[in-house]
Amino acid sequence: MSTRIGSAFSARTRPLLVACLVAGDPDLGESLAMIREVDRAGADVIEVVMPFSDPVADGPVMQQAIQRALSAGMNTDSLFSLIRDFRAESETPLVILTYANPVVQKGLGAFYRDAARAGADGVAVADVPLEETEPFCKAARDAGIDPILFVSQTTSDKRLEMIVERAGGFLYLVAALGVTGVRGEVDPATIECIRRIKGISSLPVVPGFGISSSHQVQAYSQAGADGVIVGSAIVKEVGDRVGRPGEMRIAVGEMVRALVADIV
Amino acid sequence: MIESTRFGEYGGCFVPETLMAALEELEEGFRTIVPGPAFQEEMDYYLHEYAGRKTPLTFCRNLSRDLGCRVYLKREDLLHSGAHKLNNALGQALLAKCMGKRRIIAETGAGQHGVATAIAGAALGMNVEVYMGEEDIARQALNVARMRMLGANVLPVRSGSRTLKDAINEALRDWVANVHDTHYLIGSVVGPHPFPTLVRDFQTVIGRETRAQVLEKEGRLPDAIVACVGGGSNAIGMFTPFLGDPTRLFGAEAGGEGPGGRHGATLCRGRPGVLHGTYTYLIQDAFGQILESHSISAGLDYPGVGPEHSYLMDKGRVTYREVTDDEAIDSFLYLSRTEGIIPALESAHAVSLARNIAQDLGKDDILIVNLSGRGDKDVSQVAALAGDCL
Repeated sequence: MSTRIGSAFSARTRPLLVACLVAGDPDLGESLAMIREVDRAGADVIEVVMPFSDPVADGPVMQQAIQRALSAGMNTDSLFSLIRDFRAESETPLVILTYANPVVQKGLGAFYRDAARAGADGVAVADVPLEETEPFCKAARDAGIDPILFVSQTTSDKRLEMIVERAGGFLYLVAALGVTGVRGEVDPATIECIRRIKGISSLPVVPGFGISSSHQVQAYSQAGADGVIVGSAIVKEVGDRVGRPGEMRIAVGEMVRALVADIV
Repeated sequence: MIESTRFGEYGGCFVPETLMAALEELEEGFRTIVPGPAFQEEMDYYLHEYAGRKTPLTFCRNLSRDLGCRVYLKREDLLHSGAHKLNNALGQALLAKCMGKRRIIAETGAGQHGVATAIAGAALGMNVEVYMGEEDIARQALNVARMRMLGANVLPVRSGSRTLKDAINEALRDWVANVHDTHYLIGSVVGPHPFPTLVRDFQTVIGRETRAQVLEKEGRLPDAIVACVGGGSNAIGMFTPFLGDPTRLFGAEAGGEGPGGRHGATLCRGRPGVLHGTYTYLIQDAFGQILESHSISAGLDYPGVGPEHSYLMDKGRVTYREVTDDEAIDSFLYLSRTEGIIPALESAHAVSLARNIAQDLGKDDILIVNLSGRGDKDVSQVAALAGDCL
């Protein structure tokens, strides 16, 4: 079983920053540079999105990034070589976030095996809820990958119990009713949900969706969150500077450094 | 946790966890509210008094003479709104109302399902918002105007290919954000469980009526039935009561430009995968990215198909064949001139396949075509395309 994610959370002295980028955005070469930049800037966990043509859980910023990556030719084989290149030089935990079909087409066994060989530590599949999760979790565990599962404020206590039984690494708490995208508000239902999860499980809880500001980070960590996931806010820095790779790296690095500085 | 969500290996509920509570609630409503006498009585009123059921099963004299067998058309084109879509829209809108939802969202490609949902919303006093791709809004101005007249709000979709597939994505995103007061009224037997079953059950009135009508008129079951398949709701609705019978069942898919060209023939040419919440045949690349479909008929222009069709094909119970754009136009004109009935371009695909199947039938054999909708919406498109032939 993967240990990088577990070690990172058990050794934490402050909430962790999970920084998210879209693999292959704006293109394959620049994408690796961007992941390195996020790592150097101090992200505790890196989440790379494997693009899918129909990302129903994503808002406009992520949709556009996914479109850029797909237009640049991103696919699952390139994803694994990207992760391999990154892993050759860094021990920072890395999680893949994707949708069911790219995994299903690769074959569940092959996808998780290749992900593990490349050096990924966890895989989250946005459109695989509890009902469908069994074969995905089995393939993950067989390959030594943490199956990252989602929880939302609409998840009943009964479902929550079944989800924490199956999940590995950390719980991805969907911190807003809706899709990914910068929001800036603190969601009281998410605070309540963090407390609910902490009451029954020792797995790290990490909210994501709509998080970009320090007051959100503080509110969620005070409620017991073990970290936060920031996606659209970082990916927007990429999207705003397509064609200007130098500026892009600087902006992404600055954004991540500012986020890390905000987390206390 | 929802159990038993599959047709063989197909179906399931591949949606974000946030939506599962809504699907559980919907399934509960489907199991407890729909079978109850109060719901059934309301549904009867809307289908019979309001929508104009039952629709005729018309014996077509000219077609029968020309094709050399006994040809019947199931006249869903005569249903209020001009297509079978209303059966499902009324059923789901009524269920949503019983479940205390105040707002209905829907997706639409050609606009037929959007119009049906707008009608159901107006009849039942519910707010309706319809997602429609920008491309489709430009191509289907008449139906956009109809929806607006009926009081629905049409929301343009600018993401992805700006067509039906993207309208479904956008409706799902809206639903995730508004699950508490909103029902997503999906227009075909696609999407996550329980939608493929729910929509099938509301459309099965087509097949139930047909079976009783043909037994009354002919004293026996038909030899073959043909329906067009995009998502596949009119076909499933027609086929379901006949699945246990010896009747041969045929589905006509959009062959588009024909062999080697762009198409919407998901079952004939696709491969299983996951899209819009369900495991089913899809048009996709080797890495699982969904490709754009093509059909002259917007209602068949979808890169997925209802999961039960995937199951029925693998099981060998239903035979699916492709009909090209050109063949569909030819049969659009053929039916118009032979019988004086202008079919929807979707239904013209079924007519075309029926003409082929008729070649293997004898003069006493019974062939039924599900005429899922009327062609008023397609008249200007066909006139432009077939200019020289008119």
